[in-house]
Order: sequence, then structure tokens, then C-alpha cells
Amino acid sequence: MAKSWEEINARIAAGEAVVVTAEEFAEIAAAEGVKGAAKRVDVVTTGTFGPMCSSGVMLNFGHSDPPIKMGRIWLNDVPAYGGLAAVDTYLGVTEPSETKGLEYGGAHVIEDLIRGKRVHLRATSYGTDCYPRTEIDTWVGLEDLNQAYFFNPRNAYQNYAVAVNSSDQPIYTYLGPLLPRFGNGTFCSAGALSPLLNDPTYRTIGVGTRAFVAGAPGYVAWQGTQHNPNQNRDEHGVPTGPAGTIAVIADLKQASPEFFSAATMTRYGVSSFVGIGIPIPVLDEDLAAQLALTDADLSATIFDYGVARRSRPALGQVTYAQLHGGAITVAGKRVPVGPISSLAKARAIAAELKRWVSERRWKLTEPYELLPQPGTQSTKPLEIRSEEAI
Amino acid sequence: MARRRLDLTFPPRQATKPITYHLVQDFHLVPNILRAQIQPGQQGRMLVEVTGKKEEIEAGVAFLEKEGLTVSAAASDIVLDEDRCVVCGLCTAVCKPGALTLGHERDTLAFEKDKCVYCEACVLACPRRAVTLTF
Repeated sequence: MAKSWEEINARIAAGEAVVVTAEEFAEIAAAEGVKGAAKRVDVVTTGTFGPMCSSGVMLNFGHSDPPIKMGRIWLNDVPAYGGLAAVDTYLGVTEPSETKGLEYGGAHVIEDLIRGKRVHLRATSYGTDCYPRTEIDTWVGLEDLNQAYFFNPRNAYQNYAVAVNSSDQPIYTYLGPLLPRFGNGTFCSAGALSPLLNDPTYRTIGVGTRAFVAGAPGYVAWQGTQHNPNQNRDEHGVPTGPAGTIAVIADLKQASPEFFSAATMTRYGVSSFVGIGIPIPVLDEDLAAQLALTDADLSATIFDYGVARRSRPALGQVTYAQLHGGAITVAGKRVPVGPISSLAKARAIAAELKRWVSERRWKLTEPYELLPQPGTQSTKPLEIRSEEAI
Repeated sequence: MARRRLDLTFPPRQATKPITYHLVQDFHLVPNILRAQIQPGQQGRMLVEVTGKKEEIEAGVAFLEKEGLTVSAAASDIVLDEDRCVVCGLCTAVCKPGALTLGHERDTLAFEKDKCVYCEACVLACPRRAVTLTF
């Protein structure tokens, strides 16, 4: 029993589509079987809300009079990229403020903009015949900008690590503070609600897929950086460590502060929680079987972040159900664990998307191009070479 | 009877007197040590709640200061800014006494003040800077 994209979109257009969240779908499948769930449900919505460092925004300021070709640019003292056309910039979320350090960064500027605040724009230039101004100092808000859109090179990681610390010192990581001698552990995935864990072999999520990005409708633009479809997979074909990723694009002017939150990971740096959600069409029973997986079926690999090397020792696997239980066993020791990815927000995103699709505000888009599939590419390391050796 | 929460800082070369003994013996205070980290040759810190007569607490504090300890009023409360909190749960991962926990559905955050030892780990960990201490 297979359904086509066209059939599902026709049902959405007619207001007849059965749309449920990934958690609801698992319950239906448990009660009625995967076959029954696949027949009854048309669309399953997903969501995730975790810190995603590879995020940022493209901005166009418009031209001042006399005009300036901005070379060095700051927004609320946070440097933005000046290597584009005269008044274009890219502001990355992890860029720290030159005056407030890690407590305020690119992510905080973006959150301020979404919250409707004007931010302090300063720029300098060497001046040209056509752009004579060499300095500018002004205030801009989202409504003043011509274009403002997210371009996030890596979001919605398909699964992630469980971080612990075997060393004798507390360490401060992008996965939060890790206490010595396996004193705690952290993990970062929406598990059964996570978009790419629900479509583990990227059958429906690809280039051109419409995606919820920070509360705004957007698109999957490309494979994300470090997209690694060759990660180890379990018996369900689901990766057990960090695997697929997506690059997304979306209108910043339609974003919501409810689904984008600046973050500071203490003694690590600035980041941002980004809300990502994607509705997945229930095309057939194979896909339904994967959509029906629960946190008890999905596993993550425990890594020792006390070893500051590229390849950290793997210390076993645990299911998301175990992680949500609040404690796991590592090296024979009971280790309390906590999440970094907000399930409350992930559920809110899946519920919001369910409403949008049910209200016919969202049609599904078949990918124009599939993401690189399992077996096609792995993540390459960076080797340190001398000029003589190349 | 009065109760005060004291944040004690020990200098690297601590006085040799056993201070909790003297708080009990000389000032009739009931000390409840919430958190302590004291190592020879290093600055130490102890968070202690003392119960006793008001004037004896004051005399006890004067004794501690005379012994070379720095005494400050300990943080009195943990405040969670719910507008800033995104319920990520990271604070629960660093809360050793289990005062901050996620609810059964993992989408609500609960704070049990009685379990809190005011270690401030959550203040440091919170990516949203949503947890603060009031004095």
C-alpha cells in the first residue's frame, strides 16, 4: 500500500489529510500496527530544538548617502563578515562580542532583531570613487533591512553523541559542563521527534524540502556540512552517532523568538538554539516502520570528552529511553545524565507544523535532489601538511 | 531561634582550630554543612547553615572572622527566569543534589528548594542565563 506525494498533497488541499506528530504516530502504530498506521496517517510532523552552532544570517542594509563599501562591520560590537558586496553581510551565531565576550554574540544580535529591537551598526571602509564614505554609525532593525534570511550550513544533526568525562578535572564543552570521573553526562537530540531520525536514509528530506526554521517557513538548501551518511547504523538502519545534516534557508523576518534562542555554553562559546521541523509523508510501510520507532528503539553512542582528540574513545551505546530515564551506566558506574535539546520545544514545533499542514498552509515538497545516500561519502579529517609535502 | 546561611572562605593557610566544633561548643550553634571544599594549602570554601540564638550567631561570625575566614551571607534563593528558559534540561545534568529535575514527560522543569545546596552549577551551566542567585 503506497501513497504518492501527489495523493498526499491532494488530501492536504482537500482538508482530508490525517496529520499527526511523530510521537502520536508511534502510539498509533503500537495500537494498530505499522500497516494500519501507514494506511490511516498521511503526514507525520517532526521537530528539534537544540544548540546549532553552524547557523547565521545574510543581511542587506541598503545604501546610505553618501554610500559606503563596508569592509569591517559590527552589530552591537559583534563582528560580521565584510567580504561581500558593499552593504551585504553574513553574521554567524558563534561570533563573540568584542566588548562582552562570550556572554553576547552573533546569536544574541539575531535574537534581538527577531524580538523587534534595533541594533547598533558600525562599519569602516577604505573609501572608493563610487563609495566615498569611510565610516558609518547607525541603528537598524529587521524592518529597515532589505533582505534578512537565515543561511544555516549545518542544522538538525541526525543523532549525536552522549558526552561524559573520564578525566580528573571538570571540562567545559559545547555539550555543557562535564564533571570529572564520569560525574555526569549530557546528550543532544530530540530522539524519536528528530527530523532526520524519522527519515534515516533521506528518502523524503532532500534539497528543496520545505522546512520549519526558527518559526519561519524555509527550505532545505543543500546537504549540511559534515553530512556523514556512512555513520554506523543499527538493525533499523538508523545511525547510532552523528550522521546526516541539512543546510537550511528561511526568512528571518518571519522567524519567532519562541523558536530561536541565543545561548552561551560556558567557557566554550556562543551558540543558538534553532527550531527545525519537517513534515514527512507516509509514503509506504517501510517509511512508516521508521516513523514508528520510539526512544526505546533509538540509540546514541557514549564518547569520552575527557580525551581532547579528534577520535574520542567510545564507551558503549544507550537508548534515548535510557537517557530520558536520567541515568546511565558507564564503565560500571551510575552516571546521571541530562539533555541539552529541548523536548518541550521539539513537541511545540511538531504540533505547530501539524496545525499548519492540517490548515492547508503547508504542502509537502518532493526533494529536487536527494541528500548523499549511505555508502556515498564519509566525513574527511583535516591532515596537517607542510608546503613541501603537498 | 534564628537561622542564617553563611558562605565561608578559608585562606590557603587556614587557622588550625576546628571551627565547626567551636561554633557548637562555644556558641551553641547547630551547623548544617551544605557544601564544603577544603584542601591543605588551597583556598577553601564552606556553605553552612547555622541555627541558634541571634546574638550567638553574631558572636560566632565574629569568631570566624577573627580566625581569618571571610564570611558572607550565602545566596538565599535560586530564581528561574521562565521567559528566558527553553527547558533544555542542561541544568539538571549538573545539579548533583537533584534539586533541578525534568518532569515525567521531560518537558517541564521543577526546582525543589529543599534539596538545593547553592553550588551555583546551574547558574554557570544555563545556556540562556536564565538562572540567577538572589542575596
